[in-house]
Amino acid sequence: MMSNSMEFHLSLYRKMVMIRQFEERVKYLFLEGIMPGTIHQYQGQEAIAVGVCEHLADEDVITSTHRPHGHAIAKGLSVESMMHELFGKSTGCCAGKGGSMHIGDMAHGMAPAIAIVGGGAPIATGMALAFTMRKQPQVAVAFMGDGAVNEGAVHEAMNMGAIWSLPIVYVVENNRYSASTPIAQTTKVANLADRAAAYGMPGVTVDGNDVLAVYEAAGEAIHRARTGGGPTMLEALTYRITGHSRRDPCLYQPEEERKAALTQEPIVRFTEFLLSQGHTQQALDGVRDEVNAEIERAVQSAMAAPDPAPEEALVGLFV
Amino acid sequence: MVLNQGMDITATTPRLVYYADAIREALVEAMRRDPTVVLFGEDIGRYGGAFGVTRGLLEEFGEGRVVDTPIAEGGVTGLAIGAALTGLRPVVEYMFMDFITLAMDQIVNHAAKFREIYGEQARVPIVLRAAAGAGRSYGATHSQMLEGWFMHVPGLKVVAPSTAEDVRGLLTAAMADDDPVLFVEHKDLYKVRMPLLEDAAPIPLGQARVLREGDAATILAYSRAVHVAAQAAMHLAREGVAVEVIDLRTLAPLDVDTLGASVRKTGRAIVVTEAFATAGPAAEIAYRVMEQAFAYLEAPVTRITMPPMAIPFAPSLEQAALPQVEDVVRAVKNLVYS
Repeated sequence: MMSNSMEFHLSLYRKMVMIRQFEERVKYLFLEGIMPGTIHQYQGQEAIAVGVCEHLADEDVITSTHRPHGHAIAKGLSVESMMHELFGKSTGCCAGKGGSMHIGDMAHGMAPAIAIVGGGAPIATGMALAFTMRKQPQVAVAFMGDGAVNEGAVHEAMNMGAIWSLPIVYVVENNRYSASTPIAQTTKVANLADRAAAYGMPGVTVDGNDVLAVYEAAGEAIHRARTGGGPTMLEALTYRITGHSRRDPCLYQPEEERKAALTQEPIVRFTEFLLSQGHTQQALDGVRDEVNAEIERAVQSAMAAPDPAPEEALVGLFV
Repeated sequence: MVLNQGMDITATTPRLVYYADAIREALVEAMRRDPTVVLFGEDIGRYGGAFGVTRGLLEEFGEGRVVDTPIAEGGVTGLAIGAALTGLRPVVEYMFMDFITLAMDQIVNHAAKFREIYGEQARVPIVLRAAAGAGRSYGATHSQMLEGWFMHVPGLKVVAPSTAEDVRGLLTAAMADDDPVLFVEHKDLYKVRMPLLEDAAPIPLGQARVLREGDAATILAYSRAVHVAAQAAMHLAREGVAVEVIDLRTLAPLDVDTLGASVRKTGRAIVVTEAFATAGPAAEIAYRVMEQAFAYLEAPVTRITMPPMAIPFAPSLEQAALPQVEDVVRAVKNLVYS
């Protein structure tokens, strides 16, 4: 019989593994040439999406980035509707017109992923402003990477979030690379969260590979947002253990750094923790098998779905 | 100044209002009727807007609905998009249309795209009000008409009214529309008085208006250029040349039926615009004329535009650059007598 906390931990684990396995499966579908387009994968950053979104209901909203699959799964989109979208089927969550980089589902509080770096921050801020103006209790979360904080749009958004004390959390996933460029070449401050002081909001840096640490820090920030305390800049330190996009061999990540990162990635660490808490490897393997089966069902169903008829290209145009 | 150059406006109630006042009236009516209509912009609250358009609105509707924002055009546009996604109908004021360049990512990549790529789950009911145009010696970065940039982008509606009546009717329709609308106001018209009918209905987007009928040639114009065209038409009428003047009013979607029917009748067309020529609105309008009426054309379509230049500051130079009544008269005569 599992305790409540054991069940909770297992549910976090399941979501992280779902993201990891989804991305792994999708990567091979791309490399095999079966899936069209390009993808930006989330492997190594799973703890952040899961730890943050655990505090959000469907009514709460997020904006995501060009790397949105993890946020989508954590926010409750079904892997089936996502897989259909990634295959460009009209049964996908964006009717096949969005694709990987624009995935979203308003019913689950995920605005269309914003694939222009930094572009989501003002939009999330606007959603938070609307909640305030309409006296609704929801919160917004703007996910972005370390590259985005050097975009002007993010500066403008955080300033507005702060001056109006909006119910929003700016989550900066610092994976240390703007595509291929290391953070030391793009950013002078030691911690990105230091910049929060410039806007007059709390800035918090958390170990983004520790799902429970993210869960706790995000909980505080989201509680503050929900109770009128205004925005927080939450920097989560992490490492992308896959390429920037589908064909990126990641040669810019030094071998030693990469090897070390693989021992510190969030699922390895959370697995160690879970085993120390009395979970069995067998049980964890069982979760992984279930997740794989669900993903495989989604792949098969998506591949079997018909491609949109050419005339659907012109459906929904309005000007 | 009263500008009513030969237009067939037979106002039953001869109330003369400033173009700027007609904008304000439309905003006030919409805000009284619909609590989700909110205004965002720089200096629009206490100050009442750089051109006084939003004067008094903060007092009536409060800070919760008339939001003085930081100077952050891109951020404020994103703010409006987000607020629209979650149930509000924001109207954004750009102090000068030139500043809208700072918001292009939000408008082009996000506002215009969401409805299509999101499978109809999301609509973005925002109105982007931009003060455009030359004539006040504000120089190169405060005088441009950039509506052509937005006509180019699928997913944006573009409106450019010339009269107080159209301002009120089209802005009312724009605010009721569920998609993003760029509303181009001509800053040199703000302080022009024009007749305004009481209780006029909204004017549907996408409908041009035949301002004056004629058979010798068709002048196609929008925004302030309509007044130039109308004056030219009066001059030409005195000389026995009856030109048809069409106020396009909406540039996207363009009312090709109306312009096509007119040019099929007259066989000649001149486009007058204060925007730049190259890849600009006049090029698109002229092409649509050819699509609609090529077999009826007696002469090539002519365009009168802002020359390709940084719009000069000196009043004499600025006037030399702007399309003038005599330019239009000359062009029509060249077409008709060639």
